[in-house]
Amino acid sequence: MSTRSVIPFGPQHPVLPEPIHLDLVLEDEKVVQAIPSIGFIHRGLEKLVDKKDFHEMVYVAERICGICSLGHGLGYCDAVEHIMDLEVPDRARYLRTMLSELSRMHSHMLWLGLLADAFGFESLYMECWRIREEILDMFEIATGGRVIFSIMKIGGLRRDIPDDMLKDFRSRLDSIEEGLKIVSKPFVDDPAVKNRLVDVGILTPEKAELLGTAGPFLRASGIARDIRSTGYCAYGDIDFEPITSTGCDSYARTEVRIKEIYQAIDIMRQCIDKMPAGAVDVPVKPNQLPNGEFMTRIEQPRGEALYYVKANGTKFLDRMRVRTPTFANIPALVDVLAGCDFADVPILVLTIDPCISCTER
Amino acid sequence: MNTEFKIVKAEEVIDEAQRLKHDGYHLMQQCSTRTPDGYELVYTFGKALEVQQVKIILAEDQSINSISSVFPCAFLYENEIHDLFGVDIKMISLDYQGAFYRTAIETPFK
Repeated sequence: MSTRSVIPFGPQHPVLPEPIHLDLVLEDEKVVQAIPSIGFIHRGLEKLVDKKDFHEMVYVAERICGICSLGHGLGYCDAVEHIMDLEVPDRARYLRTMLSELSRMHSHMLWLGLLADAFGFESLYMECWRIREEILDMFEIATGGRVIFSIMKIGGLRRDIPDDMLKDFRSRLDSIEEGLKIVSKPFVDDPAVKNRLVDVGILTPEKAELLGTAGPFLRASGIARDIRSTGYCAYGDIDFEPITSTGCDSYARTEVRIKEIYQAIDIMRQCIDKMPAGAVDVPVKPNQLPNGEFMTRIEQPRGEALYYVKANGTKFLDRMRVRTPTFANIPALVDVLAGCDFADVPILVLTIDPCISCTER
Repeated sequence: MNTEFKIVKAEEVIDEAQRLKHDGYHLMQQCSTRTPDGYELVYTFGKALEVQQVKIILAEDQSINSISSVFPCAFLYENEIHDLFGVDIKMISLDYQGAFYRTAIETPFK
């Protein structure tokens, strides 16, 4: 007869840079149930609408997370711009799209490195992060920041990215793509890596839908839902298709993210080639204040993020709420953990690409 | 994205959730906003790229039933609303009894 025991996993664990706790109910070496627990570092950033005006809240949104910073700024600005009926200039739309894809590359390269580190492939981990450094260099050139970019503003962008810089970015993308071809090979072909990923943590399409899953975690279960397809920013002018896999396992999630990096490079090239000339912002007058409510959504690297803003005609908002992709992916994580081997738990937690900083806004 | 909010009474929220689930929608999020008289809850449902939004107006001490029996993932959002705003949500499938967020102040968004 098997023995039941409860093993606490986290909040501190080598695969977790940020705290999440799971109570794992085990029968021998099999997990039969996982109970999640978050809230160790909840910061209440959304509550700052009481103290910061709607322009300052852009900075707050950007500080929700150091990896998804750009997307949070974009999502918040997009919601406020809809309420204020502001039309962002074409060049700003294209630059926002380009920077969003740069952010996706940076996030996915970071994740690939963490995955390599989790199964002890140290040199692969360092190679992934070496490429990520090249991406961060591009961010630094374009925005002046490597973590918090402060380039988004309500009505567009704070600064333009000149055409000669865009030309330089195009050649940098070639170098990143070459590097990616080398580092992605072990993730796709190495038998030792496949042993840890194939058929581990199956999430069926039905369960993925029912549990409200988002992002690569969802698309690796064969569901082609990618919010970029709605055409926000300049995505409506870009040629791309959502990347999916039907594997439904950890390998499929890895495969989707790798292909999304190649796709991000392609989208960036299209943006650079089609970049319109002109201004990068529309001025917002001091007496122009938001009044109304709007929910917008964007495709962050980790999946669909929702931004709800409710304004009352003053400079202080009634509510700013962010639903992050990791928050949406916790129920599906709990589902895939049930039935897995105890030894696979760290890899499974990693394959949803958890961002607790986002979750604990 | 659909910007319209359908107003639903608190006692009809489970029926509305079941109707949406039957129509193929999944739950995208639930959130609360403090108002002078109570709370406004916004539930967002999606089907492919389509969105339906439901708004429930709650009085200060009014409670509401959980939709976690219809959409299992609702337990996270509902515990969050309970812990931050103090909204009484009944029959959450996994109820953390106020221990979901470890906040220095009880119901800080109330």
